Amino acid sequence: MHSIAFRRRAADRVTRVLFALSAIAVILPLFLIFFDLLWKGARELKWTLLADLPHPVGEPGGGIANGILGTLTIAGLAMAGGIPMAVMAGIYLAEYGRGKFASMVRFAVDMLAGVPSIIMGIFSYVLWVLPMKRFSAWAAASALAMIFIPIVVRTTEEMLKTVPASVREAALALGIERWKTTLFITVRTATAGIVTGILLAMARIIGETAPLLFTALGNQFWQTGLDQPIAAVPLQVFNYAISPYDDWHDKAWAGAVALIGMVLLISAGARYLTRVKK
Amino acid sequence: MENALKVKDLCAWFGNHQVLNNITMDIRRHAVTSVMGPSGCGKSTFIRCLNRMHDLTPGFRVAGEVLFDGRDIYSEKIDPVLLRRKVGMVFQQPNPFPRMSAFENVAVGLKFNGKKRSRSELAEAVEKSLRMAALWDELKDHLDRLGSSLSGGQQQRLCIARALAVEPEVLLMDEPCSALDPVSTAKIEELIEDLSDKYTIVVVTHNMQQAGRISDYVAFFLLGDLIEMDKAARIFTNPADKRTEEYITGRFG
Repeated sequence: MHSIAFRRRAADRVTRVLFALSAIAVILPLFLIFFDLLWKGARELKWTLLADLPHPVGEPGGGIANGILGTLTIAGLAMAGGIPMAVMAGIYLAEYGRGKFASMVRFAVDMLAGVPSIIMGIFSYVLWVLPMKRFSAWAAASALAMIFIPIVVRTTEEMLKTVPASVREAALALGIERWKTTLFITVRTATAGIVTGILLAMARIIGETAPLLFTALGNQFWQTGLDQPIAAVPLQVFNYAISPYDDWHDKAWAGAVALIGMVLLISAGARYLTRVKK
Repeated sequence: MENALKVKDLCAWFGNHQVLNNITMDIRRHAVTSVMGPSGCGKSTFIRCLNRMHDLTPGFRVAGEVLFDGRDIYSEKIDPVLLRRKVGMVFQQPNPFPRMSAFENVAVGLKFNGKKRSRSELAEAVEKSLRMAALWDELKDHLDRLGSSLSGGQQQRLCIARALAVEPEVLLMDEPCSALDPVSTAKIEELIEDLSDKYTIVVVTHNMQQAGRISDYVAFFLLGDLIEMDKAARIFTNPADKRTEEYITGRFG
């Protein structure tokens, strides 16, 4: 009897340690990446990084200010176009989507979410860059929107599905029309979750590089218009990283820190919005 | 008119499964009518027919008539939205709107039913409804608390206040106490008696002691049939049907 109890306790401890180790292994890369970036980017991590335009090779200093503005511009455009469409499609799927058409939409949205981002870039290149004969913020934003939209459609749908049916019933029983129930009661109940989905999708598109290669192109200066090539942080990191110059390599690391900082900030915002209120 | 609702030969189906068989009954105005019976007898399905809550259930179908103000609520001329403002409902599980304060919960029906109201008019209506639901004294200083942070019994009374705020004529209550403790149950029962002066109340319950305490009339359902309906005192002392007698004496169900 005694040995069985001992074996049981030992098995319990071993599995628990195994789970804990796995959990540590999962978060380890984040910390490794973050500290590695900080270490290697330290030399270029100054306030000028956030405030200055890039300097030419060999000239010390300079920053990625135009890239930060460019990234925010492209992501902002993608979201301005994408949020209404994606949220409304998500509402459709959650509130009205029974039947064949809805499952077809759901399937297509999942497919779209699985399309490699570089293909979005190529598609946007064909759609915008070729006919306009120039790279532009519009082209970049449309590529990012195609990545952004499917994520938001599905998170919106999932969040609305967590709203209990009793909430919709209560509203209908009060003599509130269905569309008002959907917009002002069901969606309102799920707002924090929907906003979180939007922020996480934003974090995702802010870091995208491949689709920007064919669309935004990059720009050494401040942006002049949405129909012009535009700078973006991931592009700057990419260009600095593949350059043959040591000081540009340092800037690539620093740019990467700025990028991951932006993403962390957005994710923290998402956490803040979904905190449990009393 | 003596009767608030007249039900004639009401049948209901979920898909091919018939759950109500030719129910005919009159529901007396300004009285409490209990619909009693064992689980699965169709009593909840029945009262949900009275304000067309099944409209959105796929595969649900009714036949027969439910007359309210002399008109069949299932006729095409009736707008179910307007009907539900006249025939309100309280559910088994208290279901205040999450992320809305107690005040908003009560005001919400008025806010969305088309008529513009000033803040003070809304506040007045909310107070009136909360008083009727015997919740005002407990809640008057906490109107900004989330509805979902109240106790279960308070939540259910909040739901009653919410239903009363749109000034219905009929209040349907689907086992309103089955998720509550005895103290809260007693409060709700007391409230039902008070409200029956002004409202027509239909309560579903599987608890016959409760039916006995609160009802003027009792309808006994079994397997989708209305077995009998009569004054409460008569049902409990001298039921006409043997099956009713067996149910109230606890021989089954």
